[in-house]
Amino acid sequence: MGGTPLPEGIKLIDENGRRIDGRKPDELRPLRIEAGVLKRADGSAYLEWGQNKVIAAVYGPRECHPRHMQDPTRALVQCHYNMASFSVDDRKRPGPDRRSQEISKITSEALTHVVFTEYFPRTSIDVYIEVLQANAGTRCAGLTAASVALADAGIPMRDLVASCAAGKVADTMVLDLGKEEDNFGQADIPVGFIPRTEEIVLLQMDGDLTIDQFRTGLGMAVDACKKVYEVQRDALKRRYTIASDEREVAGSAEVK
Amino acid sequence: MQRNDNRESAREIVVPGDLLADRGMKAGPGTYIEDGNIFASLLGIKSVRSNTVGVVPLSGQYVPIRGDMVIGKIVDIGASNWLVDINAPHPSPLHVNEVPWRVEFGETDRFMTVGDLVLLKVVGVDELGRVQISMKEHGLRKLAGGMVFEVAPAKVPRVIGRSGSMIQILKNLTGCRIHVGQNGRIWIDGDLDNILNAVEAIKLIEKEAHSKGLTEKVKNLLERASKKGA
Repeated sequence: MGGTPLPEGIKLIDENGRRIDGRKPDELRPLRIEAGVLKRADGSAYLEWGQNKVIAAVYGPRECHPRHMQDPTRALVQCHYNMASFSVDDRKRPGPDRRSQEISKITSEALTHVVFTEYFPRTSIDVYIEVLQANAGTRCAGLTAASVALADAGIPMRDLVASCAAGKVADTMVLDLGKEEDNFGQADIPVGFIPRTEEIVLLQMDGDLTIDQFRTGLGMAVDACKKVYEVQRDALKRRYTIASDEREVAGSAEVK
Repeated sequence: MQRNDNRESAREIVVPGDLLADRGMKAGPGTYIEDGNIFASLLGIKSVRSNTVGVVPLSGQYVPIRGDMVIGKIVDIGASNWLVDINAPHPSPLHVNEVPWRVEFGETDRFMTVGDLVLLKVVGVDELGRVQISMKEHGLRKLAGGMVFEVAPAKVPRVIGRSGSMIQILKNLTGCRIHVGQNGRIWIDGDLDNILNAVEAIKLIEKEAHSKGLTEKVKNLLERASKKGA
C-alpha cells in the first residue's frame, strides 16, 4: 500500500469489468503444483501460481533444535519462509526480516492445526518455504505448497490446508490479487482453509473494508480455496500414478 | 502370488482428509475417526481387509513400534549403556542389562564401540516417544563384516514381501546373508559380486515398490545377473 501512485491512464479494472491481467473479478491465476521434486528432503512440492514460484521442503519428524523448544507431548511444526534475493524487482536484502518472521509464524500455526503433532513427541517437523519469484500472494502460495509437501513427507494430517487471498481493488471485491492490484489496491485478505471441516486456520487483513465487503471477500476466498484444494490433491495423486507408470515427464493440471 | 497381483490392481491412492468409510468399519493404521466416520491421515494406498480399512503409506520417517527388528549404529558410549541411532527421531540408549554379555560398570567400550552396527529389537515405546531396545533375544547380535545400506522405511514391507517371500528370493538367488531392519537399514554379507547383485535388486524393489509383478522382475534380474557372473 502507499508508495508511488498508479501511473496515469492505467485502470485496475476496465469498463468491461476486466482486471489488469484480463481476469474477471472472481478468477484465479493459473495454478500448478508438483509434489516430490526434491530428492534429499523427506517431502517437497513445487508450486507456480501466476508469476509466483515457490518450493516447499519438509524434513522430519526429527530431533528438535534448539532443545529448549521441544515439547514433551507433541511435535513442533517449524516453518521457515524465505524470499530469494532475486525474487522481486529490486533485490531483496537476504535474511530474515519482520515480514518473513511473521509469515513463518502464521504458516506454522495454520499447519499445526492439521498435523497430528501428538504422534511425535519431542520432535520437530521443519518446513522450508523458498520463494523463488514473487508476484503478490506468496504467503498463500507458500502455505498451499507446504501442506502438499507435508503430505508428501508421509506426515499424518487431518486434511490439507488450501489457501487463497481476496481483496478490494478500485472499490470492487476481487479474488487472488496480482502484484499491481496488491500495490495499488485498497485491501487484501489472505485466507487459509480446511475444506473438509470448513475451518479457517489463517485470516489476515491489510487495508480497510466494510463488514459487507469483508464477508464477500471471505466467501470468494473460501470458494477459491476449494479449487486450490483440488489441485493439491491432484498433485499428490499424480506423483504416485506417474511413479508406477514409469513416465518421466510430469503432466500438469491447471485451474483457470 | 496371484492374489498379491489382484490386490495391487485394485489400489486407490488416498490423500489426507479423504473419507474412507463410515460406521461399521474398523479404523486401521493411517486413519482417524471423526463423528464416527473414518478418514485417511496419510498419503497412501487404501487397503480394505475384512472389516478394517487402513492406509498403506508411500513415504514417511521410521516410527518405532514394539516388536520391530531394527539395525542400529552406536553413536556414543556411557558407563552402563550405549547410545544407538536407530533412524528414529531420537537415539535410544541400550543398557548393559539388555545385551547378551555380562558387562562390568565402565567396561562398555570393550564390547562395542562407536560406529559398530547392531541388530536389535524394539521392546517398548512409551508415550513420550522414548524407545527401549534390546539385544537379548535369539538371533540379535553385533553385525560384523558385510555392508549396510538404507531404503525408505515405507518400502521395507515390499523388500520383505508377503510373509517373507521377497527376502527369501533375495537370499536364495544371491546366497547372501541379509537382515532387513524395519527402520530401513539393510545388512548384507556374502561375496562381493553377490552383494552387488542383491543391492541392485533391492534398489529395483525400492524404485518400483508399488508396481505389479515385482517378484517376477526381481527374479529375472537376479537370474540374469548370476548367469553373467558364471
